[in-house]
Amino acid sequence: MLRLPPCSYLRPGSVEEAAELLSRHGERAMLVAGGTDLVPKMKRGQMEPEVLIGLGHLAELRAVTETEEGGFLIGAGVTLAEVSAHRRLAAAYPAYVRAAALVSSPALRNVGTIGGNLCVDTRCNYYDMSFEWRQACGFCMKKDGDICRVAPASKRCRAIASSDTAPAAIALGASVVLAGPAGRRREVPVDGLYRDDGQYYLEKSADEVVESVRLPAPGSWCSSYVKVRRRNTIDFPLAGVAVALRRSGPLVDDCRIVLTAVGSRPFDVSAAAAPLIGRELTADVLAGADGLLAEVAAEAAKVAKPLDNADLHYVWRKQMTRRAVEQAIVEAAGRLPVPTGRA
Amino acid sequence: MTTPAAGREAGELHVVGKGLPKVDAAAKVTGAIAYADDIDLPGMLFCKLLRSQHPYARIVSIDTSAARAMPGVVAVITGDDLPVKYGIMPTCEDELALEHEKVRFVGDPVAAVAAVDEETALAACRAIEVGYEPLEAVESIEQALVSPDDEPIHGYAGPANVHRLAALEFGDVDAGFAEAAHVREDVFFFEGNTHLPMEQHSATAQAVGDKVTLWSSTQDPHYVHRALAKVLGLPMGSVRVVAAPHGGGFGGKCDPFSHEIAVCKLSLMTGRPVKCTLTREEVFYTHRGRHPVLMWVRTGVDRDGRILAMHFRSALDGGAYGSYGPASTLYTGALQTTTYAIPAYRFEGARVFTNKAPCGPKRGHGTPQPRFALEVHLDKLAADLGIDPVELRRRNYVRPFTRTVNWLRITSCGLGEVTDRVLEASGYEHRVKRPGHGMGFAVSSYMCGAGLPIYWNTMPHSECILNVGRGGVTLLSGATDIGQGSDTVLATIAAEELGLSPGDIRLVTGDTGLTPVDLGSYSSRVTFMAGNAAREAAARMRELLVRAVAEEKGCAPDEVAVADGRIGLIAFEEAAALAEARFGALSTRGSYTPPQGIGGRYKGAGVGPSPAYSYSAAVVDLDADGRSGEIRVNKVWLGHDIGRSINELAVRGQVEGGVYMGLGEVLMEAQAYRDGLLRQPSMLDYKSLTFLDMPEVETILVETLDPEGPYGAKEVGQGPLLPVIPAVVSAVHEALGVWVDEVPVTPDKVVRALDARAKGKEPRYGPKSFPQIPYPPLVKVAPPDAATAAL
Repeated sequence: MLRLPPCSYLRPGSVEEAAELLSRHGERAMLVAGGTDLVPKMKRGQMEPEVLIGLGHLAELRAVTETEEGGFLIGAGVTLAEVSAHRRLAAAYPAYVRAAALVSSPALRNVGTIGGNLCVDTRCNYYDMSFEWRQACGFCMKKDGDICRVAPASKRCRAIASSDTAPAAIALGASVVLAGPAGRRREVPVDGLYRDDGQYYLEKSADEVVESVRLPAPGSWCSSYVKVRRRNTIDFPLAGVAVALRRSGPLVDDCRIVLTAVGSRPFDVSAAAAPLIGRELTADVLAGADGLLAEVAAEAAKVAKPLDNADLHYVWRKQMTRRAVEQAIVEAAGRLPVPTGRA
Repeated sequence: MTTPAAGREAGELHVVGKGLPKVDAAAKVTGAIAYADDIDLPGMLFCKLLRSQHPYARIVSIDTSAARAMPGVVAVITGDDLPVKYGIMPTCEDELALEHEKVRFVGDPVAAVAAVDEETALAACRAIEVGYEPLEAVESIEQALVSPDDEPIHGYAGPANVHRLAALEFGDVDAGFAEAAHVREDVFFFEGNTHLPMEQHSATAQAVGDKVTLWSSTQDPHYVHRALAKVLGLPMGSVRVVAAPHGGGFGGKCDPFSHEIAVCKLSLMTGRPVKCTLTREEVFYTHRGRHPVLMWVRTGVDRDGRILAMHFRSALDGGAYGSYGPASTLYTGALQTTTYAIPAYRFEGARVFTNKAPCGPKRGHGTPQPRFALEVHLDKLAADLGIDPVELRRRNYVRPFTRTVNWLRITSCGLGEVTDRVLEASGYEHRVKRPGHGMGFAVSSYMCGAGLPIYWNTMPHSECILNVGRGGVTLLSGATDIGQGSDTVLATIAAEELGLSPGDIRLVTGDTGLTPVDLGSYSSRVTFMAGNAAREAAARMRELLVRAVAEEKGCAPDEVAVADGRIGLIAFEEAAALAEARFGALSTRGSYTPPQGIGGRYKGAGVGPSPAYSYSAAVVDLDADGRSGEIRVNKVWLGHDIGRSINELAVRGQVEGGVYMGLGEVLMEAQAYRDGLLRQPSMLDYKSLTFLDMPEVETILVETLDPEGPYGAKEVGQGPLLPVIPAVVSAVHEALGVWVDEVPVTPDKVVRALDARAKGKEPRYGPKSFPQIPYPPLVKVAPPDAATAAL
C-alpha cells in the first residue's frame, strides 16, 4: 500500500496555541482535524508537511451553539455527520445541512469536519494522482511543476473548488471566525475566504485557524443545495448549486445563487437571479413556463468554465450546471411557506 | 470417466442444492482468514517494483548503484537477472519479468528492490536511474493498424502493430445474404474496463537452498508454477506455488506476473522470505482486463426475422503484451452461435498492440463485448422488421442437443425457459410505455470450462484425491477458491457422496506441492470439472466404505444406505476403520477430462468448445432523464439455467455479483487513457457502482440437469453478467428514443445522442465506422451435416 511519510504530530491545548504553532513552524506545518483530505494526499506526495498540528481533540471546536441573534455558531471541529443529523440546523438551514450530508460517504463524514470541508483542497485529475503518475506526466504548477496541464496557457492553476458546504454557507450569508496567535480573531464572510486560484485558493494568513462558522438567523430564508456527481455517494461535486430564497407576500423578495465545482472558487452569482425578484413563483413558472428559470440558470452558469480535469465531459458539466440551478430554485421554492390567502 | 446418472431426484439429495452457508463464510466475515498480504514470515524482506513512466521508450541505461548503497536495501535486480521470456499462451511468450530493452506502457516493470521495509524499497526504486529514449506511442486501434515510424511494439507480429488475425467462415455466408429479405449493419464500441478486486495482488516467496515456495493471490497456481520454473530455470519439482485465500480475481489474477517472479528471484538470491503487495494504482497497471473492442456486424434475415447469415468483425485493443490475446480474439467470435441458430456465419477478428496496460481475461472473457453488439443489433433488426424483439430472438433460439454451425456441441439448454421466466416475473410484455422509462431484454450463454487447456497437454483438466483416516476426510484438489465458492462446491459434493456435511470435509486446495493438477479458476470450469473429479473420488470412497460394511454385516452393498454420518447402521468413523482394515490406506482418486468431439477440427476451433453451456436472460427496468442523460436502474430480473445448484445460496450470490459487475461496465466503468497515462488509477476516480447505485436483483434459477455436469450442475460465475449490458442499452433506447452504441453508457454520451436527435441527426451516439483491417483469406469450414447437427 502507499505509505504515510514520516512527520511529527503536535497536540496543542487550545486553538490559540494551534495558531502559535502554525506561526512558529511556518510552511513546514499543516493543520489536521479529520484528515480525510490530508492523509491520502500525504501518501501521494501532494502535501508534504513535516509537522502536523492536530485539532481533532479540541473540545472548544466541537460545539454547536445558538447565538443571541437567533443564528448558530458551529465549531470547525464538528463533524459533517453531526451537522447532517442536527435537527434544528436542518430546519433552519436546509441547504447547509443537505450539503454536509452529501459530502463523500458515511465513514468519511464521521471524521471529516465542517472546517475541513470549507478548506478542502481544490481538485484536478492532473493533480490528484500519485507521485509517480505526476512525475510521468511532468508535474503541474500546483505541486512540483510549473505549468497548468489542463490549460497550458493559463497563468494560474485551474484546479476546481470542491467544497459542498461552502456555496451553501455563502448563500445563507454565513461568516467564518479565524483565530490567530495571541488571541487575535477576525470574522469574514465565507465568500471572502476564497481566491480564484487553484493553487492559492484560501484568503487567510498562514497562521490562522478556522475556528467556527457563524450562520445568521434564518429569518424567512428558505434554501436548497443540488449536487451533480456520477454516483449517489463518495464522489466530489462535478457542479454544486446552493440557492436561498426569500419572499415578501407572494413575490420573491431576494434570491441568492452560489455555485461550486465550476471554477477555482465558489461563485456568488446572485445577480443572475434579478429576473426573479418581484415575481411570483407559481407552479407554472417552476415548471419552466415563460423560460424564466432557464433564463436565470443560463445567466448564473455563465461563470462556469469547466475544463477536462474532472469526471465526465466538460460540456456536459456546463449543461448540468444550468440544470442544477433550475433544480435548486425549484427545491428552495418548494420549501417556502405557502403565502396566506392562496390555495 | 464415468459419472453416475445426473438425474438423481432432488429429494434424494441431502446436501447438494441446499442453501447452506459457504464453508469459509464464518472465517471470512470474522477476519480469521489470512490472505496473501497477511503472510508474515521471520526475516521477511519487502519488495517494490520500479515501473516505467513512459508509454513507449527504449531503455538506454539502468544505474542501480545509488539504490544498492542505501542502508536497508538487500538486493536489487533488473531484466539482466531474469532474461527468460514467458507468457500465459505458448504462441505469444512476449513478457519479461523486468524489461531491459524497452518499455511498452506506463507501469511496465523495470527493476525490483528487496529491502527491510516497504518505505526503503520505495526510496531505493526512486534512486534507480533509468535512461530512456522515448518512442512514438501507439494509443488507438486505428493508429496500431498504420505502419509506425518507430519500430513495432513487438517484433514477432504484424503487419504494423497487429498482434493476431483470424478469419473463419462456416457455411455459405454470401448465399445467405443474397437470399435475405432484409440485411442490416451496425458498428459498436465497448471501452475497456478492469476487474477491480477488493484484494490487491500480493505474493510472498520463501527459498530454502535452490527450492522456492510462493504464496500468491493467484487464480491458477498451475500456470504460475510453469512460468516460474521456466523463468527461474528450475525443475518443476523445485518450485511450489500455493494459492493463498483469495480476495477476488474476476480474471485479473490468471496470468503469471512480474511481482511473483521477482519475489522468487529475490528470495533465492537473499535466502530470506520476500513479499510484494501491489498498491491499488499498480493493480490498474497489472490489469489484463476487458479489451476495448470495436465491432461491426451484418446480418441477413428472412421476412419472418429468421437469421440466414451473419458476418461479425472485431478489432481488439490488446495493450502492450500478448497475455490471453489470441484466445480473447477468437472469443469475440465464438459464442454468437450458442444462443442463435445461425446457418451461415463469418467471423473476422484482429487484436492490435498499443502502449497501454495489457488486456486479458475478465469475467466473460471476450464475450461481453460481442454479446452487447449482437443483442443491440438484433433489437434494431427487430425494429426494422416490425417484429417484437423477444419474438425475433425466440424464432432463432438454438435447440438443446444440437451442434452449431461452428461445430460447438450444445447439450442442456434452458434458453426458452429462462426467457419465459424473466418475462413473466418482470411483466415485460405488459409494460405501459411512458417517456423516460424503459425496459430492456437480452439473453446470453457461457461455457462451463474451456474444452482445451491453455497449453497442449493430455493430462486431465482436474484431479482430486480423497483420503479417509483418523484425521477425518481430506479432499485434495488443485482448484482455487477465489471467492466464487469452489471450496464449498467440492466439500458439498464429497459430503453428498459420503453421507456427511460439507463442514466435515477438510480441504487442501491450490497447492502445486500437495495437490494433484487442476488448471485453475478461469473459464467457469471448477464446478463442472473439479466437481466431477471430486464426485468420482468420493463415489469410489463410498464404494469402499459400503463394501466393507456389507461384508461385515453380510448383506448386499445396495442394502447399505449412506446418509447422516452413517454407512448402513454404522457410524462413518467405524465404517472407515472397517474399510481400512480390509483395503489398507484409504485413498481414492477422481479426474475429469472434457469429452472428445465437442468442437470442430479447424484452426481456431480450440476456442468455444465446452462440455456444457449455461444460459441467461435479463430484463432491466430503468428511468432515464431526458435532459441530463442520467440513468437510474430500478430493478434487474436475471434468469439463469444453472443445470442444478450445488449450493443455491452461492449460486444466487454469483448471479447478484455478475449483475453488479455488468451494471458497472454498462453504466460507468472505463480503463481510459489520456496521452498514454491512465485517467483514473484509483478507486475514487475509476467509477464502479456504490451501494446506493445498486438496484434490486430478482434471481430466477432454472434447473435443466445437464447430463454431464456433477448432479447436472453448470456454471454461474460468468454467464449472468452478459445479458445485463445489452438489456440496459435497450432500456435506455426505450426510455429516450436514442441508441448509445458505445459502452459505458455515461450521461454525457446520452445527452450527445439527444442533442443529435434535436438537431435532426441520427439519434445515436457511437462509432461511425469500422477500420480497414488486413484480414487473411477466410478459412472455410463446412458446417456439420444434418445428422451430426442433431445429437
